[in-house]
Amino acid sequence: MNRKAQILEIIREVAHKDVNPGADESLFESGILDSFALPDMVSAIEREFKIEVPDADLNPRKFDSVARIEAYLDNRA
Amino acid sequence: MAFLRGFGAYLPSRVVTNEMLAARLGVEPDWIVSVSGIHERRYAGEQETVADMAVKAARDCLTRAGTDQSRIGLLIVASGSAERRFPGPAVTVAAGLGLAGVPALDLPMASAGSLFGMALADRLAGQYRDVLVVASEKMSTIVDQGSDRNVLILFGDGAGACLISEREGAASIVASSLHSDGAFANDLHLPFQGPLEMSGRSVIMQASRKIPRSIQETLAAAGRSVEDVEVFLMHQANQNLMDRVAQTLEAPAERFFSNISRYGNTSSASMLIAAAEWSQQAGFRPGMPVVFAAFGAGFSWGALLAAG
Repeated sequence: MNRKAQILEIIREVAHKDVNPGADESLFESGILDSFALPDMVSAIEREFKIEVPDADLNPRKFDSVARIEAYLDNRA
Repeated sequence: MAFLRGFGAYLPSRVVTNEMLAARLGVEPDWIVSVSGIHERRYAGEQETVADMAVKAARDCLTRAGTDQSRIGLLIVASGSAERRFPGPAVTVAAGLGLAGVPALDLPMASAGSLFGMALADRLAGQYRDVLVVASEKMSTIVDQGSDRNVLILFGDGAGACLISEREGAASIVASSLHSDGAFANDLHLPFQGPLEMSGRSVIMQASRKIPRSIQETLAAAGRSVEDVEVFLMHQANQNLMDRVAQTLEAPAERFFSNISRYGNTSSASMLIAAAEWSQQAGFRPGMPVVFAAFGAGFSWGALLAAG
């Protein structure tokens, strides 16, 4: 499974919905995720990609779309 | 080590239901419940001030503790919604309680103010004998100045108080941890001009991690674990946040005392109002561990462990 597919799988799992958001589609403004799903998604990203997201990076804008999550992971690589 | 001698509270009589707000905001009452757990909140009267409410909560606290103001050596008043820049409400509350000459300290921190006040009082009680910590908020005035509807639905008015004594009380303060990080100060702030602004997502992300972590840190410092804790008295910010903290700590949700459905988020006052209600309904038993925890603007957050 490629990284984008892994991210989409996490989003579906956290949202409890079979969704397929566009790369730049806001996960929050579109209603796919609510505010309380955000910490769950970050925890799932940490587990899946074996990273620790420090509190300083807990900025909702960094995780607002598939493209932004990919960019964050690129920066962490 | 200091002791928790008593709690008190004051809630204004005017009840504002979700139905009353929903009509004005163009939302469904059930939506407010689903995003916050709040059914109604209290609003203070137009002429009722932060200090007025604080004095009433303080008097309730002293009455319940079976004492008067004569042994109070320090007054700490937490409020993020005071009516003027300076002096803050602490001196007015002191005057209202007949505490002329007693030092009166303001903590304009918003939601974490009462927790910080309790932890400071624990450290200072040895020098000042009894320390009265009061938290009072008139949030209705603040959110009425054009706040987003997601903010407006949350807040209510009220005051709480806690008497901390150097020599006696129903429980002793065992440990506490306090933290602040200004990196996200603009994600929850009240400018001098303009309404309260809050990035709910940022607050939830940070609070979801920091509150459980500070609780665990405090318990570890005392050699205790989450399983030992019988009651959690948290800042009543949002029912969904309290449920999430319980889930993260793997603690039963029913151990988290909640009255947010009736009073909404009263910022710094909420934790002490919750403590006052809980102490009337149940209260400390010998050896009973209770955790207080709060998170708010700054961000500032922390936890405090007390045991009966």
